[in-house]
Amino acid sequence: MEFLLFLLRRILWSILVLVGLSIVIFAIARVVPGDPARMALGPTATAEQVADLQEKLGLNKPIVEQYGLFIVGLSRGDLGRSLLTERPVNDDIRETFAATFELVLMTITIAFVLGVPLGVAAARWKDRWPDTLVRILAIFAAVTPSFFAALLLQILAGYVLHILPTTGRLPHNLDFVAQVTGLLTVDSLLAGRLDVFGEALRHLLLPATALALATMGQIARITRSSMIDVASQDYIEASRAFGVPEPIRVFKYMLRPSFVPPLTILGLEFASLIGNAFVVELVFAWPGMAAYGIRTILQKDLNAVMGVVMVSGVFFVIVNLVIDVLVGFVDPRVRIRGSR
Amino acid sequence: MSTETVPAAPPRRLSNAYQNWYRFSRNPTAVIGATIVILAILAAVLAPWITPYPEHVGAVVNFRARHLPPSAEYWFGTDNVGRDIFSRVIFGLRISLLLALVVLGIAVPVGTTLGLLAGYFGGWVEIVIMRLTDIALAIPPLVMALAVAAVLTPDLINSMLAIAALWWTWHTRLIYSITRQLRTQEFVEAAETLGASKLHILFREILPNCVSALAVKTSLDAGFVILVGASLSFLGLGIQPPTPDLGTMVASGSAFLPDYWWESVLPGAAILVVALGFNLLGDGLRDLFDVQEVR
Amino acid sequence: MADALLSVRNLSVQFTTYGQTNQVLHGVSLDVPARSQIALVGESGSGKTVTMRAIMGLLRTPPAKITGGEILYDGRDLLTMPDRERLKLRGTAMSMVFQDPMSSLNPVFTIADQMGTILKYADRRLGRSRYGKERMARVYEVLGQVRMRDPERVARSYPIMLSGGMRQRVLIAMALLSEPKLLIADEPGTALDVTTQAQILKLLKDLVEERGLALLMITHNLGVVRETSNYVYVMNKGVVVEHRPTAELFEAPRDDYTKALIAAVPRLTGGTRFGAAA
Repeated sequence: MEFLLFLLRRILWSILVLVGLSIVIFAIARVVPGDPARMALGPTATAEQVADLQEKLGLNKPIVEQYGLFIVGLSRGDLGRSLLTERPVNDDIRETFAATFELVLMTITIAFVLGVPLGVAAARWKDRWPDTLVRILAIFAAVTPSFFAALLLQILAGYVLHILPTTGRLPHNLDFVAQVTGLLTVDSLLAGRLDVFGEALRHLLLPATALALATMGQIARITRSSMIDVASQDYIEASRAFGVPEPIRVFKYMLRPSFVPPLTILGLEFASLIGNAFVVELVFAWPGMAAYGIRTILQKDLNAVMGVVMVSGVFFVIVNLVIDVLVGFVDPRVRIRGSR
Repeated sequence: MSTETVPAAPPRRLSNAYQNWYRFSRNPTAVIGATIVILAILAAVLAPWITPYPEHVGAVVNFRARHLPPSAEYWFGTDNVGRDIFSRVIFGLRISLLLALVVLGIAVPVGTTLGLLAGYFGGWVEIVIMRLTDIALAIPPLVMALAVAAVLTPDLINSMLAIAALWWTWHTRLIYSITRQLRTQEFVEAAETLGASKLHILFREILPNCVSALAVKTSLDAGFVILVGASLSFLGLGIQPPTPDLGTMVASGSAFLPDYWWESVLPGAAILVVALGFNLLGDGLRDLFDVQEVR
Repeated sequence: MADALLSVRNLSVQFTTYGQTNQVLHGVSLDVPARSQIALVGESGSGKTVTMRAIMGLLRTPPAKITGGEILYDGRDLLTMPDRERLKLRGTAMSMVFQDPMSSLNPVFTIADQMGTILKYADRRLGRSRYGKERMARVYEVLGQVRMRDPERVARSYPIMLSGGMRQRVLIAMALLSEPKLLIADEPGTALDVTTQAQILKLLKDLVEERGLALLMITHNLGVVRETSNYVYVMNKGVVVEHRPTAELFEAPRDDYTKALIAAVPRLTGGTRFGAAA
């Protein structure tokens, strides 16, 4: 019961943040620069063309009204029309977002699946060589710029060792369209196409690893310090006094309380993760939102840019919501206090 | 369990300067970090005098010396128009460090002030500030910079402002947490009863207690700002060529991978090393001050 | 006493931290006969906690080192016993009631889970086997023994949902799970308010008497000693300075330190036990 209350509060919270976000984004796109229509059409456009576009996109209406339309559209999932192509931004983004989403999902998986055990190992053998090794690796992982890691991985695995593909989501000769979720891995499994599944995974591996490095480093470090903290707690000492065997103590009673800080870190890191995804997508020619975003920026297609920023923001808020829920699930103190 | 058998360590304050110095110097990674940072700063400041080919930062071409690998003559090799990469890397460091300085120079004071206000006054001040912070945190800095680049022009200053416009949030959060904890402490109450002005309490009582956490965070942040800045310039939003910028160098050099690897890898490694330095320094400071991560 | 359940003989322990070695216990001896209620009193730093941890086998032997003496349980020396044997005794022969109910319970697991796990592994060590339902039945039974009105609800709860007093009862219940013969209570109730503490102490006394357990209580609070024990050991700086039946100790303390301890207890009417208001 208190879990539901907790959930409700977090959701209301998120909605508030999203509203604020939409205001900020709208302000940037409309209020700040000169004339969006002129910017999109470029300096060679005639006054007529500009006026035309303005009319079409409702740029002549009062600002508040424009914002109102914007919000209404948003709630229906409509992100407006691209200033240039006049297609709904929605359509353009939807295709590319799935690719980005899949990449990010894989990234988080790698970061956690590798980061947490490394942190646990480092804590377990504190001050011995596994600990030192993990800490060094974690620091390097955390400070390597994503684009650098991406380039290095590309050279190493792609050109030098020739073991993994370096661009795109699928090899050219493979024909498959992700129908259901947009995620190649899931859809290929659903369709029974194991060959596509395999290729999709292979293509995911390098970019996801490059992207995951920084987060993985942070997660390993925080899991380590969290485990060390928990290990010195009275209740662990008590479980030792009561004769609970060590593996149970470590993997059950120490691990669960330690899980919250890494989760929280992931939530905070997620903003940089999205940002870095843009860079990694570029290096690996991954057909995600980044390519779209950068193109529209160069073309000064403001509606599209707004759409991309909005989607990124929403993505961030939702992920944090999920993480908050997970934290509440793991730690009863959070959800009980949070429901009051 | 009682800890009666373990001697308690003395509290760490900035005032115990000598003690801090001694303890800091015993920590190898911290010393490495500090060394890197100091060397980087020195190199950046003294760039025109210590680089072998300072003129290569300009529009110089030397087609006979294109794509040369690292050698005694050109320590980091040359790029596609024959410029010395080492010199350009050192000058590129200048830009990176300048970026960190500007961004943090804005973000830290703004963030700290907002955090103090929110933490101390509470009420709607707190609500407004913290909600703003939450919103700002929801926007990835890179994406924000991209958006600003779209709306204005893609250059270094706009990128810096865009990053700064979001970066203050981290410091606000940090200072807010600390202030909230300190607000209920006795020395604050004592100052209040004695009739100290709010300004005094904020800046002379609470703020000094935040300094150690601030130092740690700022040091770590410097590294991350440099990384974000490098990513931005990698995407083409940084300072325009021919002025050297580490991110841009990695980008332009990437076209020649893997054959002329030094053109991309070495500037990238420079970014890594500088970020590493700040990170190690920040960690070392954190160990020194026994600062707990406050979120 | 040769027939004591627990007998600590000449125990010496040293600690090495930051390169310095300190002798923390100098030849401490105490006996806990079956069914007795013994108190171990001293200030912080007196060594009472170290003694307790040595008995339970909870000393971390890098910093700590046992340099001499023996700890006999039922005639067998715990210090020379093979580890497996010693582990068998933990929680089953002697059990500890922890001091701080806030921090001694794992916050992210239910009481049922924590107690169930303890029981499960204690059973394994003893070679018994109980299945899930049986185990929970035992858990409820013990929770009832510590006077919980709704054992099943308590078991389903997380520590944060219980009051301080209830948590302390849970800690006592945990100690009783495998029917130990000796309970070692570490400053019971000091983390609670005075009224609750009194309830807990009464509960302990009742339980110990009902079940015929031996109780070794570690405390710095002379008032508690007076109420709950029939024999007292006073420690100061790693040495037992005096040990006598409780009543005698308070009537006519022999050692100076003991006198000072007793004198330091303020009385409601002002002044201390041995004189008018200072």
